[in-house]
Amino acid sequence: MIKAILIFNNHGKPRLSKFYEHYTEDTEQQIIRETFHLVSKRDENVCNFLEGGLLIGGSDNKLIYRHYATLYFVFCVDSSESELGILDLIQVFVETLDKCFENVCELDLIFHMDKVHNILAEMVMGGMVLETNMSEIITQAEAQSKMEKSEAGIAGAPARAVSAVKNMNLPEMPKNINIGDISIKVPNLPSFK
Amino acid sequence: MALKIVKGSIDRMFDKNLQDLVRGIRNHKEDEAKYISTCIDEIKQELKQDNIAVKANAVCKLTYLQMLGYDVSWAAFNIVEVMSSSKFTYKRIGYLAASQCFHEGTDVIMLTTNQIRKDLSSPNQYDTGVALTGLSCFVTPDLARDLANDIMTLMSHTKPYIRKKAVLIMYKVFLKYPESLRPAFPRLKEKLEDPDPGVQSAAVNVICELARRNPKNYLSLAPLFFKLMTSSTNNWVLIKIIKLFGALTPLEPRLGKKLIEPLTNLIHSTSAMSLLYECVNTVIAVLISLSSGMPNHSASIQLCVQKLRILIEDSDQNLKYLGLLAMSKILKTHPKSVQSHKDLILQCLDDKDESIRLRALDLLYGMVSKKNLMEIVKKLMLHVDKAEGTTYRDELLTKIIDICSQSNYQYITNFEWYISILVELTRLEGTRHGHLIASQMLDVAIRVKAIRAFAVAQMATLLDNAHLLTGNTQRNGICEVLYAAAWICGEFAEHLEDPMLTLEAMLRPKVATLPGHIQAVYVQNAAKLFATVLQKHEGETDSQAAQETSQLLIDRLPLFVQSANLEVQERASCILQLVKYIQKLQQKNVEVAEEVTALFAGELNPVAPKAQKKVPIPEGLDLDAWINEPPSESESEDEKPKAVFAKEEPKHSRSRHTEVDEKELARRREARKQEQANNPFYIKASPSSQKVYDAPGVEHIPVVQIDLSVPLKVPGMPMSDQYVKLEEERRQKEKADKKKKEKKKKREKRGKGRKGDSGPESEEDITPAHHVDIVTEEMPENALPSDDDDKDPNDPHKALDIDLDKPLADSEKLPVRTHRPEVLKSPAEDRDDNTIPQETKKKSSKDKKEKKKDKEKDRKRSKEDKKKKKKHKDVEEELPESLPEEVVQSEETKEVAVPPTSADVVTVSSSAAAATVDSSSAAAAESEPEELKDTEPDDTKSSKHKKKKQKKEKEEKEKKKKKRHHHHHHHHSDAGAEDSVQNGTVEDEEPLPPMSNYSLLAENSYIKMMKEDADQVCDIQGNHQDESKVVVSVIFENKSDSFLKSMEFNVLDSLNSKLQRPDGAGPHDGLTVPFQLPPGVSNEARFVFSVQSIVMPQKLKGTLTFIVKTDESSTHEKLDFKLHFTCTSYLITTPCYSDAYAKLLESGDLKGSSLRLEGVNMPFHHLLARICFHHHFSVVERIDSCASMYSRSIQGHHVCLLVKSSDQTVSIDAKCDEPSLLGNVLDEIKQTFSKC
Repeated sequence: MIKAILIFNNHGKPRLSKFYEHYTEDTEQQIIRETFHLVSKRDENVCNFLEGGLLIGGSDNKLIYRHYATLYFVFCVDSSESELGILDLIQVFVETLDKCFENVCELDLIFHMDKVHNILAEMVMGGMVLETNMSEIITQAEAQSKMEKSEAGIAGAPARAVSAVKNMNLPEMPKNINIGDISIKVPNLPSFK
Repeated sequence: MALKIVKGSIDRMFDKNLQDLVRGIRNHKEDEAKYISTCIDEIKQELKQDNIAVKANAVCKLTYLQMLGYDVSWAAFNIVEVMSSSKFTYKRIGYLAASQCFHEGTDVIMLTTNQIRKDLSSPNQYDTGVALTGLSCFVTPDLARDLANDIMTLMSHTKPYIRKKAVLIMYKVFLKYPESLRPAFPRLKEKLEDPDPGVQSAAVNVICELARRNPKNYLSLAPLFFKLMTSSTNNWVLIKIIKLFGALTPLEPRLGKKLIEPLTNLIHSTSAMSLLYECVNTVIAVLISLSSGMPNHSASIQLCVQKLRILIEDSDQNLKYLGLLAMSKILKTHPKSVQSHKDLILQCLDDKDESIRLRALDLLYGMVSKKNLMEIVKKLMLHVDKAEGTTYRDELLTKIIDICSQSNYQYITNFEWYISILVELTRLEGTRHGHLIASQMLDVAIRVKAIRAFAVAQMATLLDNAHLLTGNTQRNGICEVLYAAAWICGEFAEHLEDPMLTLEAMLRPKVATLPGHIQAVYVQNAAKLFATVLQKHEGETDSQAAQETSQLLIDRLPLFVQSANLEVQERASCILQLVKYIQKLQQKNVEVAEEVTALFAGELNPVAPKAQKKVPIPEGLDLDAWINEPPSESESEDEKPKAVFAKEEPKHSRSRHTEVDEKELARRREARKQEQANNPFYIKASPSSQKVYDAPGVEHIPVVQIDLSVPLKVPGMPMSDQYVKLEEERRQKEKADKKKKEKKKKREKRGKGRKGDSGPESEEDITPAHHVDIVTEEMPENALPSDDDDKDPNDPHKALDIDLDKPLADSEKLPVRTHRPEVLKSPAEDRDDNTIPQETKKKSSKDKKEKKKDKEKDRKRSKEDKKKKKKHKDVEEELPESLPEEVVQSEETKEVAVPPTSADVVTVSSSAAAATVDSSSAAAAESEPEELKDTEPDDTKSSKHKKKKQKKEKEEKEKKKKKRHHHHHHHHSDAGAEDSVQNGTVEDEEPLPPMSNYSLLAENSYIKMMKEDADQVCDIQGNHQDESKVVVSVIFENKSDSFLKSMEFNVLDSLNSKLQRPDGAGPHDGLTVPFQLPPGVSNEARFVFSVQSIVMPQKLKGTLTFIVKTDESSTHEKLDFKLHFTCTSYLITTPCYSDAYAKLLESGDLKGSSLRLEGVNMPFHHLLARICFHHHFSVVERIDSCASMYSRSIQGHHVCLLVKSSDQTVSIDAKCDEPSLLGNVLDEIKQTFSKC
């Protein structure tokens, strides 16, 4: 079982948090902080497993994480998950995001948390891995956004226009700003598939 | 109005959306909280509007704020509103918000049940998907109960996208509503073989989660998983399965044997590291479970260790980590194989990665031997010095102690060295583990008598230098060791060189800054030291020293008397008074030493931690009983103090038994000594044993020569190192001596130079430097076998420890919505549900399969009970067989052999013979296994083989017949025939010919209907109405190449029997069959009929209409059929005890009738099985070829049969309180037998 999936940046700002067990908002924040604390002090070239996510679960749990440019992707899992499998799943997740957002960067995650959630929902459900095939995940995610678009139809057009205008006014949106760029191309795991 | 809409939409344009909110927060870095609170106000306004789009937008923003840690539960109701929007976009926003912030305590959740149900059955798969995803996060016990049935239906959805989600969410449902596990399990199992890999993977996932917690219940699935493992190519699935096997093998070692080969193959062939790693892991689990036996294990172990070495040497830190992790598992059972890689592991201790270092530490624990302990610990001590960060250092510290103390100090050859190590560890700054070191010191000092003198000396030094330890009181975890030091010095004061000095050290004013519990020990032990000093000076003429000591105490103790700590205060004032009194006596020159010493006489023995718990309750002692009746008299008070003592000496709590116990105890002590003497691992202490080894006694160990001040005062030179050197020398010298002196055992020389001594040395076994007595911890006599700690009572998985092989009981049915017509009151699930069996009623085929297995097991179990065979044996029989068997089953075609007929012919074949009784025999079998066991011969095995053969033959035949449906063989829908075999054989010596309760109802070129009728839903006892209900299960099978949809099932009601229709439907409306049929697929629906009179058989005419949809066109088709309700279909198998049965017959209410069957050419037990199976009877009693049987109708009529058989003639005498019912039943029985 996956207990929680967290994405935060190098400063510990949460970009996505998905807990598969209920915690109060305060506890959640504390878990995020603590996890960030544990993960961020590790060097780049150490292993990606950490024992004792103290707050979530207990000794059975592990933190498995990957660090991409400005973002940490952390999965808290119990012993029924394969460590390398989860690492690979993180890779699949990030690559999927990369495809869905076309060169994903931190800003995409910041502004489209809902979309990230929706993609994640196609991969992991209730703490269990639902789908690992990237093309299947993308197909389903895209089918749903298509539906969304068709529902919005003409009525949505003005809103989209306004939103585009708003975006234009703000210089931070372009992706070439360094802070938010994620370089996804990370040496792959020994092939899993 | 229109204007309002336009206006709303324009307003909306300028509402803040999620992006605006995020942007705003980013632009208000300095006053973020304030900005957000204004945003929340805006959101509250937005939520008040009617426009759902505005609401959805607001909820979306709330989801974001929730992530930032804002409580948004106040908007729960709005979230529900958004969830129930008809637009997918909004619905998804709603469900996302709900999944992020709903939980069991959210009260509005109960409003969502119907909404979720609606979404689950939405025609749009994404609506369903979103609902499932959301539900998986916030499912509550109520939701689980209410929706379990709907989700189960979705498990057979046509879209794999929905199926996989439905399968996965079932795990959550099981957790919240454990009762659903058994009804849902058959279908879940079926999904293991789903054609879609995603669904299959989901099913594997769920079963693995379930099995991980309660593996024993899933052992029966091993063959299926085995098949999957050898056939699947999906690494995810493989990993899960292999992990699952890792959990199963400890329970079934033979499974392990089977696994080794395929796993080894995988290890060799796979390129995926993750899979390789899991394979190695499971092979290790297998090897652990086998531990003994098979000689060729070493090859597997070698393979594993070799692969792991490759992982550890890899530059990828992750692989290194995992390699070490797996290595530590091997270590437990095969330490030798790991020890050869010590170099590699020590190397890992230097790794920059802390996780890896910790793993390596774990490994070291298992790698120590007498030979290398000192060396390894030395390395670790170096690391302790170097270590940065207290966590890692603390970890090192505990590891060192673990390593040294493991298995009762097995590897320690020199306890002086160990004590020195402990003393060195006290110099660690800021460790949390002071108490750990302290308890080690105490343990060693108490249990190793030989070391006491040395330990006391060291402790005295520690006490003297206490200021070094307590320098900083803030981080005084380490001062715990002073507790140990004080106690050791006090308790073993006779070894102290200068007790006076120590006493002085213990009474320094600085002590008052220590924690209370340590001060208390100081005070108490100061008194012990005082006693020692007195005794020492008693003999001397000069009483000056003794009096000085008294004065010292009298001067210093008042400091403690003032302590705020009660314990300290009490002890101090007590001792102060005592000393004052002694001082008076001293002044009168009275000798007091002996009496004072007597205060502290006696030795304290170590008691095992669980000793108290393990004291067995003596026979005849009821702890809950009153010793005296409780009347309010004050006498009972007197009893209480005794209870206090009972704790300390549980055996002697009652004084009158004391004498007996004393003797008994002495006897036991003797026995224990005997046992210890025979135990090679027990290092003997008795004087006799010392003589045997010709070693210096405890008291001869010279303590003097060690310079005690060294360890603490020269920090640069850790003194434990000396021991390492000494030890080296000692060993070398020993070797040399051995060479010189050959086997001479005299070691007097030795005694001088070193305190050590040893017998002949072998490479493996290095002799200890001391002969030490490691006193075993005391346990009460007859200690109970270890009771492992119970599982966490709050573990939700505990509730899922459910035997899945048992047949389902009626009470287990899942709640079904009553307004769903087809399943009205059906105990089982929805439509195709073979999976939801009902208790003592009919079962659908899938369930039967389960049941069959169960029965086989039962049978074996009973047999085994009888023969007192070992349990393993029976599994042994089962496993190899069940592997192929499983295959056969899964390939079993789904139909009873029914000749395919030409188009549009309606065959009604539901004659009496086809009546349904399968479960009755099962129930019968269960209700009286005791009786039947005896008749059961051993050859179940052979019968099984026959059965298998039959099955295979049948299967082949069917394959020929129906090539078209090849691909759906696994679709189990009707394995009736096979099941009936099982039902029959439960009590039989020989296999029965197949029986089926499904009969062909009607068939045409498009569709085929098979019916299994009369599941009586109402147990009359609970439900005395004037009408009773009968459930008919109909299997619809699509025989064509086109898609069948919009099926409607309709029956022309008669006066007596009516199809139950939903409220509001007219009496002639048809019922929609709740599924569509793709080509070649079959599915099952259930229909409920209410019947008024059950004394006569009934026939109902009906029609099925449906649309055949091909690529080009769709046509309406219909199929007529006749439903035949036999009288036996109104009977419910009801077990009956023979005494009740006798009473019933005596009552005289029953009217008799009889039947003779000629030329019945079958064994008697077959005959009985047939009656049980087809006519829902149960056997009450059987004597030779005579049996009494019982059944009851749904309206409560009793039906009793007495069946006798002699030479092909069977006579049945029957009694029933309803003659016409009886007549019809007998006719039907007759018909059954005339057919064969």
